[in-house]
Amino acid sequence: MNLSMNWLKDFVDIDVPPKEFADRMTMSGSKVEKYEIEGEKINRIVVGKVLSIEKHPNADKLVVCMVDVGDSKAIQIVTGAKNLCVNDLVPVALDGSTLNDGTKIKKNKFRGVLSCGMMCSLRELGLSTSDFPYAVENGIFVLQEEGCKIGQDICSAIGFNDVKFEFEITPNRGDCLSIIGLAREVSATFNKELKLHKPVVKALAKMDKDELKVNVFEKDLCPFYSARIVKNVKVGTSPRFIREKLRAMGVGSINNIVDITNYVMLEYGQPMHAFDLRYIEGSQINIRKANKNECITTLDGKEHKLNENNLVVANAKRPIALAGVMGGEFSSIKKDTTTIVLESAIFNPIAVRRASKEQALRTDSSVRFEKGIDKNNCIPALNRACELIEMSGAGEVCSETFIVDNSLDEIIKIPFDPESINKFLNVNISYEEMKNILSRLDCKVVDNNVIVPSFRLDLKNKNDIAEEIARFYGYNNIPSTALRGSHYGKFTKEQKFKQKIVNAMISLGLSEISTYSFLSQKQYDKLLLPPNHFLRNSIKILNPLGEETSLMRTTAIASMLEVLSSNYNHKNENAMLFELAKEYILNNNNNDLPTEKIKLIAGFYGTNINFGCVKGFLEGFLDKLFIKEYEFVANSKIVYFHPGRCADVLCNNVLLGNIAEIHPTVLENFGLGTRAYIIDLDVKALFDHAYFNVSYSHIIKFPAVKRDLSLICDKEVPVGNLKNIVKNSAGKFLENVTVFDIYEGKQIPKGKKSVTVNISMRSTNATLTDEQINSTIKKIIDAFEKNNISLRS
Amino acid sequence: MKNQIEKIKNTAQKEILATKTLKDIENLRIKYLGKKGELTAILKQIGKFSDNEKPIIGQLVNEVRDFINYSIEAGIKEIKDSILEQKLNKEKIDVTLPGIYRSIGHKHPLNIVLDDVKEIFIGMGFDIVEGPEIENDYYNFEALNMPKYHPARDTQDTFYISENILLRTQTSCVQIRTMEKTQPPIRMISPGRVYRSDTIDATHSPLFNQIEGLVVDNGVTFSDLKGTLETFIQALYGLDSVVRFRPHHFPYTEPSAEVDVQCFGCHGKGCRLCKNEGWIEILGCGMVHPTVLKNCGIDSEIYSGFAFGVGLERIAMRRYNIDDMRLFYENDVRFLNQF
Repeated sequence: MNLSMNWLKDFVDIDVPPKEFADRMTMSGSKVEKYEIEGEKINRIVVGKVLSIEKHPNADKLVVCMVDVGDSKAIQIVTGAKNLCVNDLVPVALDGSTLNDGTKIKKNKFRGVLSCGMMCSLRELGLSTSDFPYAVENGIFVLQEEGCKIGQDICSAIGFNDVKFEFEITPNRGDCLSIIGLAREVSATFNKELKLHKPVVKALAKMDKDELKVNVFEKDLCPFYSARIVKNVKVGTSPRFIREKLRAMGVGSINNIVDITNYVMLEYGQPMHAFDLRYIEGSQINIRKANKNECITTLDGKEHKLNENNLVVANAKRPIALAGVMGGEFSSIKKDTTTIVLESAIFNPIAVRRASKEQALRTDSSVRFEKGIDKNNCIPALNRACELIEMSGAGEVCSETFIVDNSLDEIIKIPFDPESINKFLNVNISYEEMKNILSRLDCKVVDNNVIVPSFRLDLKNKNDIAEEIARFYGYNNIPSTALRGSHYGKFTKEQKFKQKIVNAMISLGLSEISTYSFLSQKQYDKLLLPPNHFLRNSIKILNPLGEETSLMRTTAIASMLEVLSSNYNHKNENAMLFELAKEYILNNNNNDLPTEKIKLIAGFYGTNINFGCVKGFLEGFLDKLFIKEYEFVANSKIVYFHPGRCADVLCNNVLLGNIAEIHPTVLENFGLGTRAYIIDLDVKALFDHAYFNVSYSHIIKFPAVKRDLSLICDKEVPVGNLKNIVKNSAGKFLENVTVFDIYEGKQIPKGKKSVTVNISMRSTNATLTDEQINSTIKKIIDAFEKNNISLRS
Repeated sequence: MKNQIEKIKNTAQKEILATKTLKDIENLRIKYLGKKGELTAILKQIGKFSDNEKPIIGQLVNEVRDFINYSIEAGIKEIKDSILEQKLNKEKIDVTLPGIYRSIGHKHPLNIVLDDVKEIFIGMGFDIVEGPEIENDYYNFEALNMPKYHPARDTQDTFYISENILLRTQTSCVQIRTMEKTQPPIRMISPGRVYRSDTIDATHSPLFNQIEGLVVDNGVTFSDLKGTLETFIQALYGLDSVVRFRPHHFPYTEPSAEVDVQCFGCHGKGCRLCKNEGWIEILGCGMVHPTVLKNCGIDSEIYSGFAFGVGLERIAMRRYNIDDMRLFYENDVRFLNQF
């Protein structure tokens, strides 16, 4: 919401520098986003009178003018403009002057003829034809303003000397979307009297019999409707004071009637509409719901298909306005309009908001209606419009006012309890001071109740009253205190576990990333998911920003691959990354909220990265989390992973996740020109299998005994099986078993491989005897033989 | 005989000095002091001497043996020293050669800042509570005093999943869920991802992180709100931070405020960083609206409270001088390695 300082001064005597004004309004709750002093940069541009126009001796397209700028001697100016006549009054930028955009103007020679300044166009003053409709777009701004004096500063001559403030108005303060509403805040902030004006309408015209009838069929949706007819309308340019004020408010001038409706809306906050009576067929205005498939072409030329929820203002046959949003094109004010109906009404906020949303049409009017309008403002606003029409000679107002009032006369009373307000704010403000603050806001205190004025639709409860007191007392005058009572803040076990995961990953050399939760079907295609793969069953956003961000991901692997790809394509040689990422899984019952699963996703590529290295990271990580009995089982079924290089990570037969190399086609789809690896673990499963109650076990002082067994087995047997055979057969002295020296080729039969297992044995209470060692080894060898695995001779 | 012994001593000394290797010197030990050594041979002949001569010769032989022994040990040490020196010389490396780098990973900058924020609030007795990102309209809006078609919903452009399910636009929904389950006293912050339908650019993102806090207890006042948030801001930005509270409006708090910190660049004079305002807005807050308490089954006649919300990206951008929000989600390692 803009505010013109000059307009504000109609209501409050205020004369403070713009900066101070902005600061104090901001601190009392009306935030000034910025302000602009009109013509601030303009310097040494004055009103001049063209005395003569001669041809330029050396240029066909230029002329040489003598211009009176109020000095004893006229100055010579060369120009290419075509719209000049002798005796025209024009803005003249003198030697050493500055234009609105900061350009400096100096004396200059044009084809040998000296030019001592420049005559200005609207644009050079920072204006447009909507500010001065009589001026030409491309040419010198020839002034038609009354009372301009030669030599007068141009800004004062054309009223370009306002200060424009831009306010951020919060949704609860619809009343402040008006000059009067803001003036009330200014008056309360600076403790100055608010001078309201009571419109005076002469209303000399008379309505013909049956000229108009108003029927409100939707009393709830239109609790108040008022209208007035204006005859002998002369559509034309608005008077200067209207144009100036509209300009400062950022509203273009259209014609006197439209300008007046805008003027009143800005001043009173009451949206107004003017219909051409010629198009009110049947001489009746009906406030009703739209019929199915009814259409209206609004003022902006767009056609809207209406539905039965839309409230319309209609003539006997069809809608002439989408109520509270925008008027229809055909019934709008034309150049030849002679009789108009002025409307000032209240439409239901929700109905207006719904219509505005459904028809994607947001207007100054709809914004005000949806925030709530003061019923007691309708008639004064209507009268103000009539007064302005009479003042500017735009038409003759009829004496009759149509009023259909179905509103409830509700007076809002809120109990006034200064003691509890003081306690709540921790201040000590006297009853009188509180009463004084409230009275500045037109809130009266009667019998320990605050009587809320009808325009303050936001004041409903005791907290609202406390806020009004607090903001004028000053938030920053309220003391600051620490919270009382003992309260012990802590992380939950799950939160600590997640921190542990992050710390372990970081110490392994992986960096943490953060990716968007969105995906698109495209990424599922890249992952090679078949059409009805369960991961394609994503939660869809009804109103996404674009296809790329239209789904909530069911797998964070795609997000990781995008990051790996972008790093690869930025020529980063290595990447080892991880994320604690959420995946969003639909539930069978669509009314339930989806499951948000937390995953640990790690992604790798780079010169020294291979499956073994990634597996090493994973093993170190699982050990750090005290997850003990994990194992790796080959899995060739996951479509986006390399079928021969993927394992399930299991713990007590529960799947913790996977470790894998990415499928070559997937790499290609993501634009990764190198092998990449993924660890994908379910954090909940990790948490369930992690060991938390750590207790110290004695360091055994007896030595370990190590034996190597070289074995021959089928090539296809996973070495993990060999380890398991040892673990299951060795008995109590087994401490550890590792596998190394895997060999195929010469000396080994075809289809076989040689594997050496290193067995480490130890007893907790004595040095192992040869007998104990040999019997352990024998048990192991026997177990191998049962599995057709023999010792290599 | 004496001469012979002297001669052995002199030759031995010469030979020992001339040796270069440990093996040669060991041979000399055998040659002179071994079972068949020259000095041993003389001792074997000692019976031939008279009783008077025996002790003299014996002593002389012992002296010479000690001497040779000593010389050999000295020789060994010398040779060993020289071998060691050669080895050390040979093993000299160029210490300016690069190491085999073992990198430690980097925490994401948003989480570094989030950890700091959590630590501050844990210290003030707050718990950390998380909740779903995909939420019911009720928890995100209605319970927070924003019924359907409330104009304040416009300030939070929302992604919808269905008519009643949406991507949360704030983490206050976690507070509602907590209040429904817990009676006061409550002290909590709820950090997490929130979603708003904003096109991606340097300062906007459809997804960002919010930290919202809630305190509900008997007799919580507006000045507790001020004190708590001032403590937070000073812990985050330094004790010399200047803070101001400015009236504002949120549907779920009343009175409401926005909190500005005096611009670090210009100390309030106005500069480019603060768009000439002298102040930088960092959080929104207010006393919990009685309707919100009522919606959660908390009696607003007995309890009062305050709530606040702060954007994580904004704090992190300020701390690290990051000028483009997109960097947080692009995850280029050259970015990540800086934190």
